[in-house]
Amino acid sequence: MRFQLTEDQRALRDGVRGLLARRFGAEALRAAVERPGLDRELWRALGAAGFFSLRLAEAEGGVGLGLPEAVLMFEEAGRALLPGPLAATHLAAGVVPGAADGEAVVTAVGGGGLVEWLDAADVVQGDVTGAVPMRSVDPLTPLWRVPVPDSAVEPDPLFLLLTAAEQLGTAVRMCETAVQHARTREQFGRPIGAFQAVKHLCAELLVRVEVARAAVYAAAVTADPVDVAAARLLADEAAVRGARDCLQVFGGMGFTWEADVHLGLKRAWIRAERGGSNTESEDLLAGELLIEVG
Amino acid sequence: MDLSYTPEEEEFRARLREWLAKVLPSLPPKPSPDDWPGRRAYDLGWQRMLYDAGYADVHWDASPTVRLIFLEETEKAGAPYVGANFVGLLHAGPTIAAEGTAEQRARWLPPVLRGEEVWCQGFSEPEAGSDLAALRTRAYRDGDEYVVTGSKIWTSHAEVADWCELLVRTDPSAPKHRGISWLAMRMDAPGVTVRPLRTLAGSTEFAEVFLDEVRVPVAHRVGEENDGWRVTMVTLSFERGTAFVGEVVACRRVLGEIAREARACGRWDDPVVRRRLGRLNAEFRALWRLTQWNVSEAESSGGVPGVGGSVFKLRYSRARQELYEAAAEVWGVGALDLDQGWVTDRLSSLAYTIAAGTSEIQRNIVAERILGLPKG
Ligand SMILES: Cc1cc2nc3c(=O)[nH]c(=O)nc-3n(C[C@H](O)[C@H](O)[C@H](O)COP(=O)(O)OP(=O)(O)OC[C@H]3O[C@@H](n4cnc5c(N)ncnc54)[C@H](O)[C@@H]3O)c2cc1C
Repeated sequence: MRFQLTEDQRALRDGVRGLLARRFGAEALRAAVERPGLDRELWRALGAAGFFSLRLAEAEGGVGLGLPEAVLMFEEAGRALLPGPLAATHLAAGVVPGAADGEAVVTAVGGGGLVEWLDAADVVQGDVTGAVPMRSVDPLTPLWRVPVPDSAVEPDPLFLLLTAAEQLGTAVRMCETAVQHARTREQFGRPIGAFQAVKHLCAELLVRVEVARAAVYAAAVTADPVDVAAARLLADEAAVRGARDCLQVFGGMGFTWEADVHLGLKRAWIRAERGGSNTESEDLLAGELLIEVG
Repeated sequence: MDLSYTPEEEEFRARLREWLAKVLPSLPPKPSPDDWPGRRAYDLGWQRMLYDAGYADVHWDASPTVRLIFLEETEKAGAPYVGANFVGLLHAGPTIAAEGTAEQRARWLPPVLRGEEVWCQGFSEPEAGSDLAALRTRAYRDGDEYVVTGSKIWTSHAEVADWCELLVRTDPSAPKHRGISWLAMRMDAPGVTVRPLRTLAGSTEFAEVFLDEVRVPVAHRVGEENDGWRVTMVTLSFERGTAFVGEVVACRRVLGEIAREARACGRWDDPVVRRRLGRLNAEFRALWRLTQWNVSEAESSGGVPGVGGSVFKLRYSRARQELYEAAAEVWGVGALDLDQGWVTDRLSSLAYTIAAGTSEIQRNIVAERILGLPKG
């Protein structure tokens, strides 16, 4: 058992991190908030970097890597707060022409009848008849609702897992942001991170990240739907609670539009709804308890 | 990222499983929780069986992965818990193995492995718990012996221990972290008095230990004089890093039992109960994955477990308490009946956020040593 990143996986992660830092750093994120809209050029750049074709066989023009590598990339995307229907397009690679190389933008009807980026998408998977636009809470994720969601459609475990990986990345960002602020912001003549109340918020941020990371990576190795359900619950918790705690560490500044903290929280909220309600994942996990013991 | 085991590891697992299936039915009945001599004999007897079958040193010499398999399989099979051997096998032993001289290793390690001697941990004092370095138990040198006076508290298994890993102050004038030494003290030495303390679970799991001019040979000091704090950090990293691993498996088993009980008594139909149990399943699955992650890391870095153990302990100790809260919801008024075995476990779970460093102290460690936040 070598449940650690391999050299290649580390290199892949660092490569994606570098690419996203260059193409979608803090400045770009702010600029995107001011001028929302899907950046087609960036989408193609992601395609060229293999973001969508990563798991496609080499014979089909893909990179031929696996789910663990995809999860690492999606974690980085979540860390960068990269907008767009990334998971839907990734899953459409090899199925929808143009998805693999980033020429096509693909969105899908998520659990609960939520559709992201409907206006920007070239292809929509699922029935969007009568879709109504919402005034989206997240300035970087336009949203539509399908009036009567097809409740029979089970969310695809891979869609849930890639979403969980994005949540993990955002949780990492929130932890890093909180710690960075706690080290530099001074009150009472010392960094606020020296105060235990703040220190303990930061410690719990990290604990949630590490527990979620173990669950998400393990689900990437096994692709087991029960592992995915667990990963999803823990990653949602890490991202949503993490963003709220980060906001707390930022104090009044955290409540402003300028601090990026709210962007993390809002994105985390949307992703938590993508796979439908948590109840289904919890029920799946509960049911497994009875199966396992016979 | 790989969760599969090597053929050798799988073979170890299969062999162990087969052995457990053979020997477990022949074990004598478990002694009652208050029968201390009986518990000592039982725990040592089990250790002896492990020794004879070649499994005794798995906590020390085996790779972290093999140790993980050992803990997983013994727990799944319902084998006895380390019990009174906890300190000897899981932290005093590994500390002596890492820091002791060849002579010390030869003197102390084999009897632990053969199930002949029990150790206890004399770290905490009435005035030095979380602030362990404030300990006051004094030791001055008299020839080739230390003369030790003071008192220790919360000493688990003190009643049945042969040896104590003891922290003493050997230089009272030095800054508090500098003047400490780590000694191995015989519990039957003249001047040692053990006074059992009753826990909230009603048992005498731990005790107060009074030391009145107890003589300990200088040769029984592990590490240099006044360098005991460093040795202590080694002990604590073993205690926090690996000692709780097998228990995650036990918690998953208990969770399954709670689910079955919920189905049997009709509580399963309550979606709130089901969701709660489902969430706990996610929690313990993730904690098991985190365990595998930490073990893989220990395997690649080799040696003493790192501060990652604090991350694990923080979440695990809370989850274990939530597990028994959920059980209480399922059991209803049965949760108030001490004749139900798991009610004692519920009470015991309250210790987990305190013993081996409280959650507050673990959060300080995570914040300062992993995240690099300034000391308060
Ligand atoms: C079941 C059990 C078995 C034990 N077995 C042993 C044993 O075998 N050998 C042994 O040596 N010890 C043992 N202990 C002792 C254990 O290590 C101590 O209880 C623990 O370290 C806490 O110390 P304390 O009890 O003095 O509490 P205190 O240190 O007095 O703490 C009381 C409260 O104050 C908080 N607190 C203290 N300092 C800080 C701080 N700096 N920041 C924030 N909060 C703080 C604590 O978190 C806690 O909530 C055992 C304890 C238990 C419960």
